[in-house]
Amino acid sequence: MSLQLDNVTLTVNGQLHLHEINLTLEKGTMNVLLGPTLAGKTSLMRLMAGLDVPTSGRILWNGKDVTGMRVQDRHVAMVYQQFINYPSMSVYENIASPLRLMKKSNAEIETAVQKTAEIVKMTDMLDRKPLELSGGQQQRCALARALVKGSGLVLLDEPLANLDYKLREELRAEIPKMFEESGAIFVYATTEPEEALLLGGNAATMWQGRITQFNKTSQVYHQPNNMTTARVFSNPPMNFLSVTKTGNKLTYGNGQHIEAQGKIADLADGQYMAGFRPNHLELRQAASQSMAFTATLNITEFTGSETFLHLQHEDHNWVGLIDGTHDLTLGAALPVYLDANHIYIFAQDGALVAPASYATAA
Amino acid sequence: MKTVNQKAWFLVLPVLLLVGFSAVIPLMTVVNYSVQDTFGNNVFYWVGLEWFEEILHSERMHNALGRQVIFTTVIMLIEIPLGIFISLHMPKKGVWASVCLVLIALPLLIPWNVVGTIWQIFGRIDIGLLGHSLNALGIDYNYVQNATAAWITIIIMDVWHWTSLVVLLCYAGLQAIPDAYYQAAKIDQASRWNVFRYIELPKMMGVLLIASLLRFMDSFMIYTEPFVLTGGGPGNVTTFLSIDLVKMAIGQFDLGPAAAFSLIYFLTILLISWVFYTIMTNIDKREGM
Repeated sequence: MSLQLDNVTLTVNGQLHLHEINLTLEKGTMNVLLGPTLAGKTSLMRLMAGLDVPTSGRILWNGKDVTGMRVQDRHVAMVYQQFINYPSMSVYENIASPLRLMKKSNAEIETAVQKTAEIVKMTDMLDRKPLELSGGQQQRCALARALVKGSGLVLLDEPLANLDYKLREELRAEIPKMFEESGAIFVYATTEPEEALLLGGNAATMWQGRITQFNKTSQVYHQPNNMTTARVFSNPPMNFLSVTKTGNKLTYGNGQHIEAQGKIADLADGQYMAGFRPNHLELRQAASQSMAFTATLNITEFTGSETFLHLQHEDHNWVGLIDGTHDLTLGAALPVYLDANHIYIFAQDGALVAPASYATAA
Repeated sequence: MKTVNQKAWFLVLPVLLLVGFSAVIPLMTVVNYSVQDTFGNNVFYWVGLEWFEEILHSERMHNALGRQVIFTTVIMLIEIPLGIFISLHMPKKGVWASVCLVLIALPLLIPWNVVGTIWQIFGRIDIGLLGHSLNALGIDYNYVQNATAAWITIIIMDVWHWTSLVVLLCYAGLQAIPDAYYQAAKIDQASRWNVFRYIELPKMMGVLLIASLLRFMDSFMIYTEPFVLTGGGPGNVTTFLSIDLVKMAIGQFDLGPAAAFSLIYFLTILLISWVFYTIMTNIDKREGM
């Protein structure tokens, strides 16, 4: 089983919604579409489901062209951000509804519904109406409806976005298990990098209607192949600064420099962009190979165990994420440090030229 | 410590006074008439519940009530399904949605006696477009003399006048359904009928309840349009409750019986509305909305 998108483009009213998408999804894989709102995740899913037809390009299912095929004939399952259930039916009937439409026998339906209800932990609520359920339970019911169909392609469009934090964590851990047995292809859209990492599998990062990278989730995270992917797959987004490489020196800020090591040493001399993740910024010089900066502290946000620092360094706004509480003066110059192991080097056009050495070791 | 402060009571006072003057006092004068009789000269004497007994046993009242029930049932059976049907087929957005809404709303903006006049002229066999054409086609249509023709004309007039209300309410209910429901149904391979039965109808239940209740109350009290169109005729065949009541009160000046009639009429509407509302809310609950 495989789903293949071949050079798929979608234009709506002259506006480009999706641009030359090439993607092959394999049987039994979890595929995360990661990108901010309006990146094109939902548009892409609608094409995969067959709700929309691409302007150009082909969609292949098991090698067979299904581009213009009606959604009714595709046998896909979809779960939405809103909790979509049939309001007048009980949970039991809701779960049974796809099977009833397939004209299954009552005995088959009974077995399937009971089994599915157990997987989604809804066995006690089968007699209730959707509106008598909590948000999390409503979404469980919707997941069960998708699960019971036994579709080869299951599309989950930000299924947890409308749930509160606690329920979200609970369901997020359960969703991969729920669908594990089915061996279907999963596509899971989310705006949150953490969610992508927790779900594992493969990740496709999306930005303005393009897929910027598609690979194993950890691979995409550790070695983003360009600045856009790095920005999308980091929360808060990756910080950047300009650096110049001359010989074995890497110059930054007001002429400070460190020794160029590892892959960075192999680069040609010239101007580059260096990027690093917020959690790698430090208040103390920990490593010997540290870069030191002086940045202006604009805002601090304390979340409990961590503190967000919003900094201004030359032309760039940075965010630092550090452990614990710190007594810092707003508006003052703050010395911050960065282990050189943690910097990614990008070319001027945004392509990754040297990944951070900590990430290649991982 | 508990503070006792009942000054907020004064804020309710204006409303009480207003309702008192506009509703309670006029109603009490009706109650007053309903238990008295007079032989003129403004001298009244107590008759107890005699008028009520007379009205409740009068064949005239029974006939009017029968006609009223038939009329209300028929127009509701036509207007509610027709209203749902039209609302389902209206454009959902764009310029045509606005155009349709305005056109649909037009009949609701016409004063009731004008509606009566329009149909009165429209159906006339000498100069009316409808009446004249029908007769030219060889159909014997004359609402002034023929009972069936009179009934059909009144029913069509009411359907023309009031289906719009049902359409507008249902349309609003339909617009409130998120697109994702339709998508989900599509993916589930649900038929058009299933989409209607399990998504649109349950989601429309609330507005449908209001629409039905409004149509029931209004049609049960209908006066102006049939009065202008047929004046309750031919004979008495389109004399509905309110027309009968006015004939009795103003035509014959039988104030006592008319007052008793009014009160019975009022209580009947109240009772049926309550029963109706209870049933509909139960259905509503069962539908899960």
